[in-house]
Amino acid sequence: MNIIVVGLSHKTAAVEIREKVAFSPNQIEKPLGELIGLEGIIEGVIVSTCNRVEIYATTRDIAGGIARIKRFMADYHHLPCEVLEPHLYSYHAEAAIRHVFRVASSLDSMIVGEPQILGQIKTSYGYAAEFKSSGIILNRFLHKAFSVAKRVRTETKIASSAVSVAFAAVELAKKILGDLSDKTVMLVGAGEMCELAAKHFLNSGAKGVMVTNRTYERAEKLAEEFGGEPVRFETLFEHLHRADIVLSSTGAPHCIIGPKDVKEVLKRRRFKPMFFIDIAVPRDIDPKVNEVENAYLFTVDNLQEIIQANLAQRSLEAEKAEQIIDQEIGQFHKWLSTLEVTPTIVALRSRFDEIRRAELDKTISGWKEMPPDAEKRLEVLTVAMMNKLLHAPTSALKQAGQGGRVDLYVDALRQLFELEALQHDDEELELEE
Amino acid sequence: MTHLFYFLTVALYGCATAAYLACLLRTSPFMTRWAGRLLVAGFTAHLLSTIHLASKLKYLPLTNMPESLSFFSLAIVGGFIFFERRYKVTTLGSFVVPVALMMLTASSSLYAETRQLPPILQSNWFWFHALLAFASYACFAIGAGVAVMYLIQNYFLKTKNFGALFQRLPSLDTMDEISYRCLAVGFPLLTVAIIAGSIWSEQAIGSYWVWDHKQTWSLIIWLIYAALLHGRLTIGWRGKRAALLSILGFIVVLFTFFAMKHSITW
Repeated sequence: MNIIVVGLSHKTAAVEIREKVAFSPNQIEKPLGELIGLEGIIEGVIVSTCNRVEIYATTRDIAGGIARIKRFMADYHHLPCEVLEPHLYSYHAEAAIRHVFRVASSLDSMIVGEPQILGQIKTSYGYAAEFKSSGIILNRFLHKAFSVAKRVRTETKIASSAVSVAFAAVELAKKILGDLSDKTVMLVGAGEMCELAAKHFLNSGAKGVMVTNRTYERAEKLAEEFGGEPVRFETLFEHLHRADIVLSSTGAPHCIIGPKDVKEVLKRRRFKPMFFIDIAVPRDIDPKVNEVENAYLFTVDNLQEIIQANLAQRSLEAEKAEQIIDQEIGQFHKWLSTLEVTPTIVALRSRFDEIRRAELDKTISGWKEMPPDAEKRLEVLTVAMMNKLLHAPTSALKQAGQGGRVDLYVDALRQLFELEALQHDDEELELEE
Repeated sequence: MTHLFYFLTVALYGCATAAYLACLLRTSPFMTRWAGRLLVAGFTAHLLSTIHLASKLKYLPLTNMPESLSFFSLAIVGGFIFFERRYKVTTLGSFVVPVALMMLTASSSLYAETRQLPPILQSNWFWFHALLAFASYACFAIGAGVAVMYLIQNYFLKTKNFGALFQRLPSLDTMDEISYRCLAVGFPLLTVAIIAGSIWSEQAIGSYWVWDHKQTWSLIIWLIYAALLHGRLTIGWRGKRAALLSILGFIVVLFTFFAMKHSITW
C-alpha cells in the first residue's frame, strides 16, 4: 500500500491559481466522495487552506493514482489540466510521509513555525473521518503527523522567535515591560512600518494607542483606524508620560525627543520604564535617550540584528525539526510496511493449500483401488511438503518486516503467486490523540 | 541519620545546581522540570534533616554558625521554590541555588558536637527572633539574586546585546516585581525580628539595645532596606537604582552574618 500526496502551495502557485483550486470546507463531502470513487484510490483526505491545496491518498498504483488525482483536481474546478499541471507537485512513499510531516510541523509554511497549519490539517482530517474517506492508513498517518508536529513544537524553538521587524519590536517590548495588557502605545508620525508595529502591539494585547502627527487630520484618521486617541503634535509632551511604548517615524529634520524631555516624562510616570523605537531617517529620537535610566531606545538596525539572530536560530531549529521528522518517518514507514506482512503470509498459505487440495482431490478421485490409509497418508505428505516449501519464504518475509525491504517481498510474492488484493481490518487501529 | 540526610541534601542540591546552570546554557523543558524536581527533593531532605536535628538537640538548630548557615540555605531554597512556582523564573535558580549549595557545604561541621545550650538562649524570644531574621535574610538573598539578573539584562538591553542569555532571562518588569515582593515581605520580617531580638536582649542582659556590633549593623541593614522601600513607594525608585541598593543591602547582610559576632551569645 502506498501513500501519495498531490497538491500545490504558495511555493509553486500564485494566489490566483490557489484560489481557483481551493475546496470550500462547507461542501467538502462531495469532492471527498468523488476522490475515493476514483479508480485505485482507497483512502483520501483533502487539505485546503489559503496557502495550499493538497490531497493525501492511499493507492496500490502510484503512477496511476497520482495522474487520476491530478485530473480530478483540474476537472473538479473546471480547469484545463495543462494550466494546473506545472503548479502541482506529487510525492509517494517516504517523500510523501516526509512532506506531510513537514507541512504539519509548519516547516513548509510561508512563515516557518506559524501554528495555524496544524489546526487546518486537523480540521481537514476531521471532515475526512466524518465522511469516512480516510481509513486505517491515513488515520494512523495523520495522527502520526499531529504527534510529530507536537514534538517539533515542544522540542524545538521553531515557532518562538520573531522574524519581522514589527514582531521583533513586540518581543523586545515584552522583555522590558513584561505583560503588555496594561500598556499604551504612542505613534509619532505616520509610516507603514510604525503602523504595522502598532497593529502587532494591539494584537499582542496592548491596551490602547495614541496617535500624533504634524497634520492633526492625519492623526485623527489613523487614530480612528486603530480605535485610538489622536493627540495634537504641539501637545506631545503633555501626553507622552501615558505611553509605555513610543514608535516614532516623522519626517522631521532634527531630533524631536531628547534625553531631557524623556527625563521629565519619566519623572511624571514615576520612572516606569519606557520603550522607544525610532524608525525615522534622520532620527527622531536623540540616541542619548538610551542612556537615561529606565528608557530603552532601539532603532530599526537593532531590530534587524534581532531578526538576523532569530533567522539563524530558526534555521538551526529547523535542522533539529528535520531530525525529529527523520526519526518519525522511519518508525511510521516500518509500521506501514509490516502492515502487509501477516495478510500476505495468510494469503500465501491459503493459495498453496488451495492448490494442494485441488490436486489431492483430483488424484484421489481418479484412483480405483485405494490402499486403506492412502488418503490419510497423502494428506500428511502434501501438508508436510507444503509446510517445508513455505517455511523459508515465510520466515524471510517476517524478517524483512523488521528490516526495510518488505514492500519488495510483498509485491514479488503477490505477483508470483497471484494473491488477491489485501483487505485491512480497521479494528486493530487505536487512535491516539 | 542526620549525616545521611545531610549528604543526601548536598547531593540533591548539587545536582539541582548543575541542572539550573545547564538551563542557563540551553533551554529545555525536560531540564527545567528536572531541575525543579531535584530541588524540591533536596529541600525535603534538608527539611527532614533540620527537623531530625532539632528533635535530637531538643532546640531549633540556629545557635551557632554551621547551624545558622544550614538554616539560611534552607530558607533561601524554600523562598526560591515559592517564587519559581509563582513567576516561572527558572533562570533565578541559576543565581540562587548555587549560593544555597555553598552555604550548605560550608555548614558541614554542623553535626560535630552536641552541646549544652547556654541558658541565655533558652528564651522563646530568641527563637522567634532568629527564625524571622533568617526568613527575612532569605527574602533579601533572593531579592539580591534577582537584582543581579536585572542588572545583567539591563546591560544587555542598553548595549543591544541580544545573546542567548538575554533570551533566557525574564523581562525587566518581572524581575523588578520579584525584587519588590522580596523587599515587601523581607522588610516587615526584619523589623519584627529586630524588635523580638531587642526584647530578648532585655531579658538576657537587661537592656533593649546595647549598641554592640551585631545590633548596630542590624540597624544599618534595616535603614538600607527602609530607604529602598521608602524610595520605591514614594518616589517610584525602581529598576537599576533599586537593584543596586538591594545588592548593597544583601552584601551588608552577609557581612553582618559572617563577621559580626553577637556579644550576647558568642
